[in-house]
Amino acid sequence: MDASMLIAAPELLVLIMACVVLCVDPFMEDDRRGIIHLLGMLTVVFAAIITLRHDPLVEGKAVVTAFNGMFVRDGMGDTLKLFAYATLALVFTYAKHFLRSYQLFSADFYTLSLFSLLGVMLLISANSLVMVYLGLELTSLSSYALVALNRASTRGSESAMKYFVLGSMASALLLYGMSMVYGATGTLSLPAIADAVRVAGSDDVLLIVGLVFLVVGIAFKLGAVPFHMWVPDVYDGAPLAATLFIATVPKLAAFAMAYRLLASGVPDLHGDWQQMVAVLAVLSLVVGNLAAIMQTNIRRLLAYSTISHMGFVLLGLLPGSAYGYGAGLFYIVVYALMSAAAFGMLILLSGEGRAVRDLDDLKGLNQHNSWYAAVMAMVMFSMAGVPIFVGFFAKLLVIKAVLDAGMLGLALLAVVFSVIGAFYYLRVVKIMYFDEPDGETRVSVPVDFRAAISLNGLLMLGLGVFSSSLIAVCMESFPS
Amino acid sequence: MIFGIDIQLALFYLFSAVMLGAALAVISARNPVYSALFLVLTFFSAASLWILLQVEFLGIVLVVVYVGAVMVLFLFVVMMLDINLDPLKEGFTRYLPVGIGVAIVMAGELLLVLWARDRLGPDRFPAPPLRDADYSNTRAVGEWMYTQFLLPFEVAGIILLVAIVAAIALTQRRRSDARVQVPARQVRVKREERVRLVKMKSEMPAKGEKG
Repeated sequence: MDASMLIAAPELLVLIMACVVLCVDPFMEDDRRGIIHLLGMLTVVFAAIITLRHDPLVEGKAVVTAFNGMFVRDGMGDTLKLFAYATLALVFTYAKHFLRSYQLFSADFYTLSLFSLLGVMLLISANSLVMVYLGLELTSLSSYALVALNRASTRGSESAMKYFVLGSMASALLLYGMSMVYGATGTLSLPAIADAVRVAGSDDVLLIVGLVFLVVGIAFKLGAVPFHMWVPDVYDGAPLAATLFIATVPKLAAFAMAYRLLASGVPDLHGDWQQMVAVLAVLSLVVGNLAAIMQTNIRRLLAYSTISHMGFVLLGLLPGSAYGYGAGLFYIVVYALMSAAAFGMLILLSGEGRAVRDLDDLKGLNQHNSWYAAVMAMVMFSMAGVPIFVGFFAKLLVIKAVLDAGMLGLALLAVVFSVIGAFYYLRVVKIMYFDEPDGETRVSVPVDFRAAISLNGLLMLGLGVFSSSLIAVCMESFPS
Repeated sequence: MIFGIDIQLALFYLFSAVMLGAALAVISARNPVYSALFLVLTFFSAASLWILLQVEFLGIVLVVVYVGAVMVLFLFVVMMLDINLDPLKEGFTRYLPVGIGVAIVMAGELLLVLWARDRLGPDRFPAPPLRDADYSNTRAVGEWMYTQFLLPFEVAGIILLVAIVAAIALTQRRRSDARVQVPARQVRVKREERVRLVKMKSEMPAKGEKG
């Protein structure tokens, strides 16, 4: 059992720190709440150190399991967790300013985010159907509460309710699918399920019906069409800090969930789930990009752009090859960083008590805040997939993986819809640089916010120029 | 076997039919109190089914926890809040035909897949072996919960903690306009904050008025 504790040390740290934040908060005066923020940042930093530390236990082994095979630690898990810490650090930095200016600054946001991070980490490391479900519920429950955090806002409560009801339904469907898979294979452990499927062959109807429900659950959590209805409403209605959180960290876990359930759970049913995932990917690319063109609300625009990005992530899963999974991992990591920067910019531009909602709020940003306009432009270029920005390489890898699998049609479709998608990203750039401003947008944010958003924007360029090392890390996460 | 009928099978069908009917009544009853009571019946039938499957402990827990505690609490809430569900049900009849249509199509498709290929008969799944009379599944649940399933058990505990935190965070109201005493500030009060000296002319008795 001691070995299990060591293997799951980052999770234990996050759990303990979440409880510490919970206990420290009641003794804090309102003007000393900064300590809570500091504790949150310390948690992610130390969790990263523990994850990076080379354990003699983990050394030399690609995969180690703990807690009787419930928990698995491997290259993909560690990579995803490290990026979850990094994005959460960005989220905390951006959210602090938002929460302060809306009088929402309390430990609630930090506790719930840390518990959600714990759920994300457990889901990433899940090696059993039970752990997948529990990790998912821990993540989602905290997210529902985060969306409803601003009680004064009816929009917030409404979108939280919508998120909760649809999320519960998706969880129920996932659970239904899991029960069928359990019925067909007689085990909950993902490697054991893979073995059972290999022995039984792939024509078990119960298994395939169960698989359909698993795919539905995954699609809902990723926000892939046709299970995407909640994404724009929740992104638009939630407080910006909560949107920033749910658009970044849980998406990393959703990718891990898809990989664990489909690729390591039922690899022998690849032919079956490939078709379903292909339909989801194509629909997400088409609907996401076309609907985003029509948006005048920047948050809904980013929500639909998220949907189209998820289409790309699903395309990466499609070939079922190590290269494809690596490409998908690279894409989701890059997406989390881009998304953090984009929503961070919206928080930066939201003045006192007025949150940015319309595209027109960005008019002529370049005239008064040219540096921030440049940061936003870099993020938009990266999302659009303009070469030398990191988003380009993410799209390139996915398309290459799809081409390697001989699916020329899908690759062409992905290219065509990236070009269509480029239209609305570039329109944001055009509005910032070439439209006349209505008034001056005053930017007054603390220095750590400025540093973080600048770094985040420059990463889009830096990771693009030096993309090979990050790509190598992602590719090495999946032993072929 | 009595009169050529397998008692267990007959009971299974009886409890299943009651459960399905009660579940249908939960969502279609007009009065929320009836809904809650039908939910109790659903849980009870499910517990009976579990006991038929020889998992007595889980069946009893379902009755004790859900029927005994959760649903009673739920009934209290329903009765205390006096929720008017009519606005919620406005769309119900309007969307009902479409909903039923979609449900029938989905169920039909599922059944076609399952039956047409004839691969999901009961013969595909061997019946689990019957346990001896002295087999304790309470003991088995306890053993598995604290060994093999220790981590999921702990995570379930964390989920409950999050539920508490979320519920408190969402319902606790800190009123900013409430008047409270702060003794520390009261004892530190200075004379200048409380006493204000005003210079004014002394009052003169008005004319015609007797001092």
